[in-house]
Amino acid sequence: MSAISRDDVAHLAMLARIDLSDAELDKMSGELAIILESVARVSEVATDDVPPTSHPLPMTNVNRPDVVRPSLTAEAVLAAAPASEQQRFSVPRILDGD
Amino acid sequence: MSTATNGHVAEPVVDYAEVLKTYDPVMGLEVHVELNTATKMFCGCATGFGEAPNTQTCPVCLGLPGALPVVNVAAVDSAIRIGLALNCEIASWCRFARKNYFYPDMPKNFQTSQYDEPIAYNGYLDVEMPDGSTYRVEIERAHMEEDTGKSLHIGGATGRIHGADHSLVDYNRAGIPLVEIVTRPLVGAGAHAPEVAKAYVATLRDLLKALRVSDVRMEQGSIRCDVNLSLRARSQDPAAQNDVPLGTRTETKNVNSLRSVERAVRYEMTRHAAVLNGGASILQETRHWHEDTGVTTSGRVKSDADDYRYFPEPDLVPVAPTREHVEELRATMPEPPAERRRRLQGDWGYSDLEMRDVMNAGAVLLIEETVAAGGTPVGARKWWLGEIARRASAQARDLADFGVTAADVAELDGLVTSGRLNDSMARQVLDGVLASEGSPVAVADARGLRLVKDDGALSDAVDAVIAANPAVADKVREGKVAAAGALIGQVMKEMKGQADAARARELILEKLGAA
Repeated sequence: MSAISRDDVAHLAMLARIDLSDAELDKMSGELAIILESVARVSEVATDDVPPTSHPLPMTNVNRPDVVRPSLTAEAVLAAAPASEQQRFSVPRILDGD
Repeated sequence: MSTATNGHVAEPVVDYAEVLKTYDPVMGLEVHVELNTATKMFCGCATGFGEAPNTQTCPVCLGLPGALPVVNVAAVDSAIRIGLALNCEIASWCRFARKNYFYPDMPKNFQTSQYDEPIAYNGYLDVEMPDGSTYRVEIERAHMEEDTGKSLHIGGATGRIHGADHSLVDYNRAGIPLVEIVTRPLVGAGAHAPEVAKAYVATLRDLLKALRVSDVRMEQGSIRCDVNLSLRARSQDPAAQNDVPLGTRTETKNVNSLRSVERAVRYEMTRHAAVLNGGASILQETRHWHEDTGVTTSGRVKSDADDYRYFPEPDLVPVAPTREHVEELRATMPEPPAERRRRLQGDWGYSDLEMRDVMNAGAVLLIEETVAAGGTPVGARKWWLGEIARRASAQARDLADFGVTAADVAELDGLVTSGRLNDSMARQVLDGVLASEGSPVAVADARGLRLVKDDGALSDAVDAVIAANPAVADKVREGKVAAAGALIGQVMKEMKGQADAARARELILEKLGAA
């Protein structure tokens, strides 16, 4: 069955930028394993003739014409920013980015 | 061995010719094309370049809670047309996917892209090489996605990450439609690998321009190239070369000029070879290209695709172009690059060699625009491949981004063909245009440049020069017409360059009875 290791959980936590303590890692490994097992039960009833479903409604090609609509003002946009400078969002230094 | 250059440590490299004795290069090129739609990929915000920060954003492209994206139909049509021009198959049904990562250039914490269902796949582009041969670049896929915001790193070296203490983000670019074109591994190019890479990007740029789907301004980032490169052992038997397993690759990001594409491939080949010769392994990582020093530096270690946790975008329904619609779009295809080249060569009356030089200089589009703006084909080629190419090369810049427009060159050519300027004056005018003094006519007016047509002044100058050089004049009288050259030079000096040299020659020969 789709067991999830403690290392898997630590890796996911890193990707999601969530700082988990050792105790939390142990707890989450167990809880996530139960969730995965529950979800995996779906595949028991989903036989080959049932295609994977990403969109419940059978719709395609919902489009919009290429016509400009008004944007928000910079003031309104930056009002939601924790900090701003030079009319831009100010964010902490990125440590591992490129 | 290592020396500090401009803040980074230069890594050892080996001589280019040495690389090829032992190794065979394999490339993969990823080109991001910013589409020239009026609005963004999933919202109605405008896409203008250089607007005030954060003035072209809305709840959708800022990723505010509850906002729902809707696909821009023009962007999908452009993506399909790019796919068709690259001889791709067009998907009859495909989805968008979320590429999840945490980085402040995307406020949603994911980029809407396509994963295993690209809109276009399995194509090729034939690229004409400097020696006249054709290299077929196989296209794996062309998929739709959205651009990211622009970060400005503050503190430390401005614009760079190292030493920055915080970053400022402008989301005007976030959500602008992109098409990413991914090649299959390019093999068999050998020593020509850097030229193949450059020729491919140049051919692609011209094709995208002909399709009118992008501004194709590399210096503004509307075409950006990532260069994947690896080396593998060179096989003694060329026929068995492709059986040799691929080496570890590096991905050099954001190589944003034709010249840099060529240089980056060449540099990475020499760097990889030095690492491998030293018995070490290549680390699979992204590399940053430094235009100023011509080197790459280590970026982050490449994360696995799994780490992006792609999944189908639930807020966008699938794109399913009908076959009829695809055929309608196919009918709008511009002529294929090779046919176009043959037609233009015929229209312009260039020899094969002249046309090849134009192509190698990446100047086909520039000359086409210059001729469209009223320039002569001969003049257009002379200026772009001569004076302008020389000046651009001295400053390590691409012709297209050098600050002279096709309209400028057409105007300059007109000033020469109409007889207002001679070539030496026209070169001064070109300098003025490059110094942002205005259009060629404005520069010529401001600098008072105009050929003296008045034979009176010229005739007086010729008389004076003949009188001052009796020995030379006698030679010309005796029929040594070549000696007139020395006199013409002095006449031009006398006239401070503002005379028609051909007319001066006529007058000298006339007066000395040698005409």
